[in-house]
Amino acid sequence: MASCSRAQVISLYRMLMKESKKFPSYNYRTYALRRVKDGFRENLHVDNPKTLDMLINQARENLAAIKRQVSIGHLYSAQKTIVEIEPHL
Amino acid sequence: MSPKALKGINRPNNLSCFTTVFRSEAGCSERTRCISSGLWALWSLVTVRADHLPSSPCTPSTALLSPRLDELRPLYMDFQATTPMDPRVLDAMLPYQVNYYGNPHSRTHAYGWESETAMEKARKQVADLIGADPRETVFTSGATESQQYCVARFYKAKKTHIITTQTEHKCVLDSCRILEAEGFEVTYLPVKNNGLIDLKQLQETIRPDTSLVSIMTVNNEIGVKQPIKEIGHLCRSKNVFFHTDAAQAVGKIPINVNDWKVDLMSISGHKISGPKGVGALYVRRRPRVRIEPLQNGGGQERGLRSGTVPTPLVVGLGAACEIAQQELEYDHKCVTVLANRLVQKIVSEIPDVVKNGDPDQRYPGKIRLSNCLFFLKWESLLMALKDVALSSGSACTSASLEPSYVLRAIGADEDLAHSSIRFGIGRFTTEEDVDYTVEKCIQQVKRLREMSPLWEMVQEGIDLKSIKWTQH
Repeated sequence: MASCSRAQVISLYRMLMKESKKFPSYNYRTYALRRVKDGFRENLHVDNPKTLDMLINQARENLAAIKRQVSIGHLYSAQKTIVEIEPHL
Repeated sequence: MSPKALKGINRPNNLSCFTTVFRSEAGCSERTRCISSGLWALWSLVTVRADHLPSSPCTPSTALLSPRLDELRPLYMDFQATTPMDPRVLDAMLPYQVNYYGNPHSRTHAYGWESETAMEKARKQVADLIGADPRETVFTSGATESQQYCVARFYKAKKTHIITTQTEHKCVLDSCRILEAEGFEVTYLPVKNNGLIDLKQLQETIRPDTSLVSIMTVNNEIGVKQPIKEIGHLCRSKNVFFHTDAAQAVGKIPINVNDWKVDLMSISGHKISGPKGVGALYVRRRPRVRIEPLQNGGGQERGLRSGTVPTPLVVGLGAACEIAQQELEYDHKCVTVLANRLVQKIVSEIPDVVKNGDPDQRYPGKIRLSNCLFFLKWESLLMALKDVALSSGSACTSASLEPSYVLRAIGADEDLAHSSIRFGIGRFTTEEDVDYTVEKCIQQVKRLREMSPLWEMVQEGIDLKSIKWTQH
């Protein structure tokens, strides 16, 4: 199935990381980046196509939620936190 | 330019962004320069003045009363008081604030039906987290309201004895005090030095006329985890109702009300990255626990708590519970690593620091350290650590200058009780947060100790307890 291809998964990962970097809130940004990375890493060796489908759908839903929350964050932004420095790539 | 740059025009940084932070040696001012390219070519030179001047630690910060746009926000390390709401929870709540605004108890139209479906889904999510049946969950306005139902007048005619501990949350202790005035007898069980209760003592204290035992699962101040399973079995064998305040434990440690034989449980929304103003109460159906409704009216929530159920809030609570269940292991792992890092770093740099509470039977994210500032109170350290949001006790008692009653209950000396602060680590804490907190804490403790004449005396070997203080 096309959605199970490696390229699709990698592109989903990249999109999630890209969107997560846009969070204006320090807490949300750092959590999202960390969680996405760890989430993809722990499911690296999943073989079962049903589980893969479910995980990919979950990732797509999370991506949509992140996009929405990023916009809301921009509408109601506050000052930066004392420890904020830009995340290294 | 600088105030505008921060005022809601925080451009997101794309892949080719980098920032350099210049910090002057004296630590008096910081300059942050952001460079972004491409579509977001926006130079913003923001001068922020974080007040790091080594001023008197007891000066109240007037900047906190009206935060300026160019001031940086402090680091949040008080996860026991409340937690930031998870963005996924907010995402789940918003549709019910905007479009799906029906009353869940309206039976005649689609607005009501969709709200009711959402409410029941949330109920299932909460129940799944604690291993209960959805019919046993009642939505309330928070853990305090849930506790009012539990610490109450069970079978008043026959059973008038209630057992609780000295380290309970204030709402339980206050309810017990009111019941005492009504003629109930309350035993406040002491705790051992590590914060845990003695099961033998509990067994001996239970009498034939005991109606309720109320013991919190994870203490909000010292983080110790009580042996709830053993207590539950003990209470069931003696036919006594068992209530546990699980506000700090839900979503952080695995809970199963059937394994633990718990009859009543209080859940708080804002402690698990959910919305404030909502909580839940678990009431066992088999064997049935009969509680009296505190709020009467239309008979909602099985007659136990009348009043319109706030759909957005309970949807948020449900989403928070589901997320907590999925993320339980991951969060626990991260929090343990960070907590160990914090404690080890502080203990290695500052001598004479004591960690309160049992080292094993605890939830790692709640750390309480008695820094032994030797009669320099915790206010000095908290004032000095202006950039970090910390506390020294529960939020409800934070207005009082008295040391925490929980520390007194575990037998901490006066000086330890007066000089302790509480670190809270949660889902959103990062390594950088911990490192920054540790660095600031060490710096300030060393500076305050240098200024303290009592510390000099201790270094010379004088035992402070042997000093006779004279009055002028």
